[in-house]
Amino acid sequence: MSKGVAITGMGIISAIGNNVAENYQSLIQGKKGISRVSKIKTNHVNDIMVGEIDFTNKNLEQQLALPADNNYSRTALLGAIAAKEAITNAGITNINAYKTGLVSATSVGGMDMTERYYYDYLENKESQKYIEGHHAGDSSQKIAEQLGIEKSLVTTISTACSSAANAIMLGARLIKSGQLDRVVVGGTDCLSKFTINGFKTLMILSDTYNTPFDENRKGLNLGEAAAYLVLESDKVVQAENKKVLAYVKGYGNANDAYHQTASSENGDGATLAMQKALHVADYNPEDIDYINAHGTATGNNDLSEGRAIIRIFGENVPDFSSTKAYTGHTLAAAGAIEAVYSVLALQNNVIYPNLNFKTQMKEFNITPQLELKEKPLQTIMSNSFGFGGNCSTVIFSKEQ
Amino acid sequence: MKKVYINSIASISAQKTFENTSFLNEIEDHEANVITVINPKYKDFIPPAAARRMAKGIKMGVVASKLALKEAGLERVDAIITGTGMGCVRDSEKFVSAIIDNDEQYLTPTSFIQSTHNTVGGQIALDLQCKGYNFTYVHASNSFESALLDAKLQLELNEEKNILIGGVDELGDHTTAIHKIVDHIKTEPVKVSQVLKANTKGAVFGEGANFFVLSNEKNPSSYAEVVALKTYNTLPENEVLQEALQFLKENNLSINDIDLLVLGNNGDVDFDTYYHTLSKGFQNVAIANYKHISGEFNTASSFGFWLASKILKTQTIPEVVKGNNTTTASIKTILLYNQYRGENHSFTVLQQC
Repeated sequence: MSKGVAITGMGIISAIGNNVAENYQSLIQGKKGISRVSKIKTNHVNDIMVGEIDFTNKNLEQQLALPADNNYSRTALLGAIAAKEAITNAGITNINAYKTGLVSATSVGGMDMTERYYYDYLENKESQKYIEGHHAGDSSQKIAEQLGIEKSLVTTISTACSSAANAIMLGARLIKSGQLDRVVVGGTDCLSKFTINGFKTLMILSDTYNTPFDENRKGLNLGEAAAYLVLESDKVVQAENKKVLAYVKGYGNANDAYHQTASSENGDGATLAMQKALHVADYNPEDIDYINAHGTATGNNDLSEGRAIIRIFGENVPDFSSTKAYTGHTLAAAGAIEAVYSVLALQNNVIYPNLNFKTQMKEFNITPQLELKEKPLQTIMSNSFGFGGNCSTVIFSKEQ
Repeated sequence: MKKVYINSIASISAQKTFENTSFLNEIEDHEANVITVINPKYKDFIPPAAARRMAKGIKMGVVASKLALKEAGLERVDAIITGTGMGCVRDSEKFVSAIIDNDEQYLTPTSFIQSTHNTVGGQIALDLQCKGYNFTYVHASNSFESALLDAKLQLELNEEKNILIGGVDELGDHTTAIHKIVDHIKTEPVKVSQVLKANTKGAVFGEGANFFVLSNEKNPSSYAEVVALKTYNTLPENEVLQEALQFLKENNLSINDIDLLVLGNNGDVDFDTYYHTLSKGFQNVAIANYKHISGEFNTASSFGFWLASKILKTQTIPEVVKGNNTTTASIKTILLYNQYRGENHSFTVLQQC
């Protein structure tokens, strides 16, 4: 049994940067990546704003040196880019030197190609290569192949917007139980007409910049992104004398069991998830220095999450902020994006501002951190909640 | 480490399995290239108004979970872990086609919500009011095995006592149509009795929901012990046998311990060779096949898991699943092997308990 679950590498691509360094620069400069959608042709172009990555699929295919007849969805392309950065960042040259697996999260999967070629498949032989790329597991298989992971545990988690937090959780469990020595964990989701229209029908898309925890919040901005972290056991860290960026210290998943898409008024599931994570970490609430909140800027989430935070932390709510105003809500990838941001916060002892906030919510008196704040940080809690009542919390720490 | 037991089973399949009173005595001899499940009376389990709104995958999952809990004598479980390759694929189809056909207008959220992969797991949690751990794995032919592995780890470490796991997938017309075009589905209808020797490309597609209560406490009605499980993203055909032997060895077992092989071959001439290669190494071992009666789908292996559990408990191998003439006096240990189109392989060992 491995006691610690060390994070030894990470990679990311999002609307605010194509790698870890660029993302960090944007975070501390308060530079958001929200704009009008340019790569998807949608009638809603003037009604919504999104966090879109600049590269076209062609650019990404070139970066990965893929053959012309490849059948990568954008989800797979983004995932492969971020996962490869994580492996390089962890200084891994021989991936199969240790028992290495991949746990990837996605909700969109190959839907971007399916919606493009849906009827075309029936007539056009050329587009048919994407049929096999539709199912959610396909992007994970491709990422594993890109990393050289063979004959090993590769799986995919899809629990809507908490997916990547759950991928981190499973990865930590696989390390702790000794099933694997090393696991690449994270998530990837691209923008699609499917999700744009889906969230539109739910009437939770903002027509302007999203404003987490603001009284007048109008909803979320969808984003696309991928991020992966390399988790390694004590054994690998010692044998390779690895530099540890942070540890996965606690994790908890619970179900709100309230509604298929909405969170309960008092955040029962969220409260349970945070409690469980504290329990696994063997921490008290006062041990948490910063909460990277889910904070999607929907009316429902921010109220429910805020109340749950108050239920856990009482009068002493630590500094908290949502980084969704930077990236948009990146769905299944969000938990991994925010895990990378949490590790960067620990490394640099900074708390990111909750951008776009103007007006205090009237239901409670907690206010997110509004300016970039330097402060010694030991532990960070990161929340991710999704449809199906799925609530997840992960705790990252400098100490083992 | 605690041992892990299968304390109840429930199957909604293309055969009469949901009542769990007989054991594949009467076989529905479908002649098709796509076979649908024999539906239970959903309204006996779900209020009709709610059932009307529910996707078929949700209905199958909710009913199978209720049956599994009932048989286990439980009102609630600690966690719910589901596997599904495609989720409620009909709703995905409905929403995509509506976007295209209506040029992004007049859309309603129901099919979007139900297209979310964890919608079945979420609905079961709602139905059981289970606030515990709730995961959904969506990794092709290892979706169910991932759920099984997750549950096994938690039960072994005594983090939970009773976990509901299941595999569920439904058929969708458009998905079926495009898989016919690329020969993943057989071009001609085939009779159940002929599928495995069809010698043609593709499989007969199916659907189903197979749910189980796993526990680290054995009871008198337990079906079997889940001894070991391993999944592989890739595995070359010429290494399948060697890997199986290695897997058994890691679990202090050898070929001699295996009384029955439960294989996931589906009659696809291009990929059944993996199973033939494996079974050649298990010369005098009885074989059971099941995909000719269940159809192929991403979580079809959960039907194989159902079959193996029931064989261990009843000590009978139904005639229709027998894959060779080898007989065996008692069935103590079963090795299951599954893969789909050469990817996502798994070995599972179940033992009499």
